[in-house]
Amino acid sequence: MSDTPNVVTGDLEAPTTEAPAEAESTSSETADRKREVHDMWVAGTEEPAWMRSYTDEGAQEILAAEDESAPELTRGTVVEDDFIFDDVADDDELQILNMGPQHPSTHGVLRLHLELDGETIRRVKPIIGYLHTGMEKTAETLTYMQGSTNVTRMDYLSPMHMELAFSLAVESLLGVEIPERGQAIRVLLTELNRVSSHLVWCATQGTDLGAVSMLIFGLRDREYILQFFEKVTGLRMNHNFIRPGGVAADLPDGWEEDIEAILQKVPQGVSEYEELFNGNPIFRDRTMGVGVITPEECKALGVSGPIARASGINWDLRKAFPYSGIDKYDFDVPVGKHGDVWDRYLVRMEEIKQSLGIVKQVLETIPGGDYRTTDRKVTPPPRKRIDESMEALIHHFKLFTSGFKVPAGESYAAVESPRGELGMYVVSDGREKPWRLHARTPSFNHVQALPTMMTDSLVADIVATIASADPVLGDVDR
Amino acid sequence: MAHRSGPSGFLLTTYDAAINWTRTRSMWAATFGLACCAIEMMATGAAHNDLARFGMEVFRASPRQADLMIVAGRVSQKMAPVLRQVYDQMSEPKWVISMGACASTGGMFNNYALVQGVDEVVPVDVYVPGCPPGPQSLIHGILTLQDKVMSGEIVR
Repeated sequence: MSDTPNVVTGDLEAPTTEAPAEAESTSSETADRKREVHDMWVAGTEEPAWMRSYTDEGAQEILAAEDESAPELTRGTVVEDDFIFDDVADDDELQILNMGPQHPSTHGVLRLHLELDGETIRRVKPIIGYLHTGMEKTAETLTYMQGSTNVTRMDYLSPMHMELAFSLAVESLLGVEIPERGQAIRVLLTELNRVSSHLVWCATQGTDLGAVSMLIFGLRDREYILQFFEKVTGLRMNHNFIRPGGVAADLPDGWEEDIEAILQKVPQGVSEYEELFNGNPIFRDRTMGVGVITPEECKALGVSGPIARASGINWDLRKAFPYSGIDKYDFDVPVGKHGDVWDRYLVRMEEIKQSLGIVKQVLETIPGGDYRTTDRKVTPPPRKRIDESMEALIHHFKLFTSGFKVPAGESYAAVESPRGELGMYVVSDGREKPWRLHARTPSFNHVQALPTMMTDSLVADIVATIASADPVLGDVDR
Repeated sequence: MAHRSGPSGFLLTTYDAAINWTRTRSMWAATFGLACCAIEMMATGAAHNDLARFGMEVFRASPRQADLMIVAGRVSQKMAPVLRQVYDQMSEPKWVISMGACASTGGMFNNYALVQGVDEVVPVDVYVPGCPPGPQSLIHGILTLQDKVMSGEIVR
């Protein structure tokens, strides 16, 4: 088979003068296949040959080497920074190793198909779909009011960001403005969520490298934030709190003290981790120069967030396309240099501090006023009005049973989730349910970048690299 | 259970009780984290909730060393055979906790992708409701399972 993607055209039933020349070069096997194609497909509608080898799920086999027209990028041979071995082993000598989907270090149900040459990984193939929940389809059966219940379960480590992206997309179709207090609450919750997500990353990165006590530490500090979330939203995870039109409720009494306690405890924990990690020779050896990805590869593979920033791309949607008035707050975007696991660690640690800084500013500057839009077509009437007014009761009932209608159109809203660019693409046909919802989730692209990071590195670096990519499989598979 | 040919009934029951007691106090869980619930399962094992109080802090990566499978999260059609295989690899006696709404009933996702309840694939001893269940709920589920094992309700 040729290297370049070639399309089987409709020359099967009408041989021309050029056809014999082609036939000479093809073997009888090719002729068989052509006949098969001819039997199966109406001439001219065949799927291209290059697709044929890729559309197969391929979970059980890796592509034969001669069919390998995957970009050299994936092989790692064009990557200068990677750990390259000149002698490419014969494919017959490669050992095939399956990792996952039930493996404690694959962060859920990621499955990796590895081809090993001794201790060196020659080829990696991530296999996803073990957590496919059909959420994008489910979203079409839920009203916009119920929609954030659905999307919040995609990336379960940063549910607030999922809700925010969905709400922003719907709000841009509706054309409603969110009051400043509502926006400040959104920023407060999403930034706290970023901290809690990075703390889980800390815990898992440490655990995967053998520092099991990090699991205890990371989840311990995360628990302070979760307790605050529970107080505000009623749930520890999957809050369904940020909704189209604002947020579900105002902050509870005494939230300032809780935030102050978090601002006191979490930085203590973070400095404790830094003490544990920074000078630790094992951690340094296992992270420095491991899982390198260059800025060019990041751009080619759609990698965003801390991974892209660790490789030196200064790109943060909070600065580039500010949402919910986050540009009012003062914060820095940490940028790394080498694009390895160590730089990702540094970037995330710094992001925790910056996010806590934003939280502190929100605490100091949060304005009064409404926490949700006053547009009565979107927002249910206040609870007090329902007792007084029949119309308010009917209005409330209608909003929660049939929902509100959204003007036809499409919109894309992206936020900077702890993992990277998280976008929601909503298409409305004017009804109260989305016609289509698509989530552009960062973890999906990061899983796609795993082969680039891992190829030609050592087996022991697999878990370090996966952990540093911080994929959430709910985010990948949806 | 091992020796039913004991000389008297009295001895037999205490033996059962002793065995059951040891089983409940060192019930090792297989890591079968799937989705959101897995994070809460981790939180249950971590500092604030401390599953070690019940002799269960040891999460085993290998199903062959595990007694309990906590199915934490939604089970997709693609994952169901894997789940069954992990269950089959566990050695007897073994128990299953279905953690969360998705694992128990499919939850809010009644669609093409999810198995509508993990009890279609493996026998479940305790269902823990919630989306996701908090650590307290999971601990309650675990204690319920321990009670069931102690009382001999589950015979294996």
